[in-house]
Amino acid sequence: MKSISKIFIPIAILLLVFTFAGCGGNGGSNGSALNKSAAEKVFVAPGEHDEFYAFISGGFSGQLAVHGLPSGRLFKVIPVFSVDGEKAYGFNEETKPMLETSYGFVPWDDSHHPDLSQTNGEVDGRWCFINANNTPRIARISLKTFETEEIIEIPNSAGNHSSSFVTENTEYIVAGTRFSIPFPQRDMPIEDYKGNFKGAVSFIAVDQQTGHFNLDFQIMMPGFNYDLAHPGRGKSHGWMFFSTYNSEEASTLLEVNASQNDKDFIAAINWKKAQEYIAAGKFKTVKTNYAHNIYDESTHMATSKMVKEVKILDPTELPGLVYLLPTPKSPHGCDVDPSGEYIIGSGKLAAALTAHSFTKMLKAIEEEKFDGDAYGIPILEFDAVNAGTVVQPGLGPLHTEFDGKGYAYTTFFISSEVVKWQLGTWKVIDRKPTYYSVGHLMIPGGNSQKPFGKYLLAMNKITKDRYLPTGPEVCQSAQLYDISGEKMELLLDFPTIGEPHYAAGCPADLIKPNSQKIYRLEENNHPYVTKAEKDVKVVRKGKDVHIYMTMIRSHFAPDNIEGIKVGDKVYFHVTNLEQDYDVPHGIAMIGANTSELLIMPGQTETFIWEPKREGVWPFYCTDFCSALHQEMQGYIRVSARNANRPLKWSLDGE
Amino acid sequence: MKLPKFLMIIGALLPLLLFVFPMWNISLQAPQYPIPLGINIFIDHIGEEQEGDIQNFDLMNHYVGMAKLPTNLKEFEIFPIVIVSISVLGLIFGFIGKRSLFMIWFVIMVILGSAGIYDFYLWLYDYGHNLDPRAAIQILDSYQPPILGTKEILNFTVRSYPSLGAILLGIGILLAPTAYYVSLKAERKAAN
Repeated sequence: MKSISKIFIPIAILLLVFTFAGCGGNGGSNGSALNKSAAEKVFVAPGEHDEFYAFISGGFSGQLAVHGLPSGRLFKVIPVFSVDGEKAYGFNEETKPMLETSYGFVPWDDSHHPDLSQTNGEVDGRWCFINANNTPRIARISLKTFETEEIIEIPNSAGNHSSSFVTENTEYIVAGTRFSIPFPQRDMPIEDYKGNFKGAVSFIAVDQQTGHFNLDFQIMMPGFNYDLAHPGRGKSHGWMFFSTYNSEEASTLLEVNASQNDKDFIAAINWKKAQEYIAAGKFKTVKTNYAHNIYDESTHMATSKMVKEVKILDPTELPGLVYLLPTPKSPHGCDVDPSGEYIIGSGKLAAALTAHSFTKMLKAIEEEKFDGDAYGIPILEFDAVNAGTVVQPGLGPLHTEFDGKGYAYTTFFISSEVVKWQLGTWKVIDRKPTYYSVGHLMIPGGNSQKPFGKYLLAMNKITKDRYLPTGPEVCQSAQLYDISGEKMELLLDFPTIGEPHYAAGCPADLIKPNSQKIYRLEENNHPYVTKAEKDVKVVRKGKDVHIYMTMIRSHFAPDNIEGIKVGDKVYFHVTNLEQDYDVPHGIAMIGANTSELLIMPGQTETFIWEPKREGVWPFYCTDFCSALHQEMQGYIRVSARNANRPLKWSLDGE
Repeated sequence: MKLPKFLMIIGALLPLLLFVFPMWNISLQAPQYPIPLGINIFIDHIGEEQEGDIQNFDLMNHYVGMAKLPTNLKEFEIFPIVIVSISVLGLIFGFIGKRSLFMIWFVIMVILGSAGIYDFYLWLYDYGHNLDPRAAIQILDSYQPPILGTKEILNFTVRSYPSLGAILLGIGILLAPTAYYVSLKAERKAAN
């Protein structure tokens, strides 16, 4: 009897523990009533459309993913900084120039922070911008075609992290360097970092009609790490705020050496003042070299040109340009509320959130309440600019967004949660766990004067056991919360591509009506376009052979070509003659050392094939276009180099 | 101006709107075409509902061996002349204002209208039956669209209905007997 109770009692206790643990719930995976309402909230019936677009960074995939909210469904992966064999981006002759840099062709990057264009402080649905972190660049994506239209390289920069954030009328996209580097770049001892390395922050002007970039100027800041940024808005329009860490200016073992100062800074940059200094000629023109790549929708072709100069402003010599706001413990996120009054610094090693007041900042500047300077840049007194502190909201605060109703939402990496708190009272209202270790969060319109405070998207760094396992590398994920009520409610987990860093979102109605259906054939100005089947031809220029080919349901013209020789360089210039919505055709050639082409209606694309062996070699349509898709194919006869075979081409013997 | 005369003149003018509005609309809807492809038949050309629809009509039809939509039908030359002529004739009759002339114009219009519809039927018959023997898909003997109404042809729902131009023409034609009737009634009233 004694031995039975010895076993029984521990088992009973264990059972009790498991029962209670089971009842505890973990925010959505238990409780049928909760599940049902969450399911209803994210259910978008077949054939129905989502309420919001979400543009989620592809992280180390280098791309940008287009999802719908609240369903979380993935619609398109827009290739931006990495080659994409599916869409021939970076493979076809038309888009190769998009990935040119001062280092040559770079086929990959790490894309972090998408942001949407704005007018009068509100998201306007014209363009999406995103940064490349590794080889510093900023891209512009058209929200009419959902294609990358422009990429500009950022000179004097490395680790382009505090990018790409948009001012309230899309006057500028800013790009700050995470790594400070020698300026000018030169061969020097790493240990001489302090005072010799500089951190450039760049202001890229945007043409309001074409969207075209122009690197207006760079401000050469002290050698800190520039982490994130957000623009002033409303009353603080004209200012840009950058978080900094490593104000210690360490160059080794930063995890320790850059964590020594009690406070780092948020740098407040008066860019309207910068414009005045530029107009007054107070800049230095410095020799540099960076790529500026533009895709022309009319020629369906990108061009890359190198720019050789940049204007530099020196904040140590230009009063009123930059002020430093002391902010505890290596601030990461630097977020501005919709009114433009509060600048929230998330000291990632602190257990508190710091809110600075824009009004107090202006007063402190006026009254010169300075607490020393860094390389001549005034440091404002902490107490003179601080608006309040959210005390012990969680561990490892990273980023904050706003719902436009007076509340802020901050992510906590270490305690793995999202916390809702109130602006002004600095009181915590609610907290919900994330699975796991959340990075950025996004509320549609969150970086604007007009957030749409219905949903909150949390993007996680770790997923562990949340999905079916897929070996050591498991999926990336985001989580959707309903924030329409007092308490947040976890609605949905969904997988994303790459590592989702930041995202940008807006109501679908801003973009949907403008989404382009086809490219008009008559407006196709590609130099190798073929606008009708009767105009197809094959032209030899020495070893180069140019095939002017067309595709339409369900054949290529021509589809039989003879007279190609081993060692030729064969250019397939292929035009999709379709003018019908959602009828792309693809083309792939056996043994071609490149990707397929996937050509939209009315578009022309080019790939190169260098036949290595004699024979008759097939090509075919790769996109299931029609009932006779499997018949959409052709042959090319390849003869010996010395063969005397003239070029001949035909379709159906004609 | 007296009412019957006015009605007759309006009736004679309405056919001229055929130069602005299409006579007939034929549309194709299918699972793959939730937004139907549509063509608008005018007196002098065939137009499209959305850009590319004519090419897409032809692309669909070539699989079953149908010919391309015509661009140079004889009717496109004849119809405008006929329309202008009958309109001018109607105006003359209207200004003369003689009641019996209204009925003569009406009878001419009914005959010409019937001939037009018969001609349209002949074209539709040829369009639906004149099939390339080498066509990839050979399932039906005919793909003739209905002259009026809705018909299922393979995966397509084909709709064929009059458009604003034809409706206005119809109203114009009916205004002639209306003018006749109004005039007759007024005369009888005066006689009483």
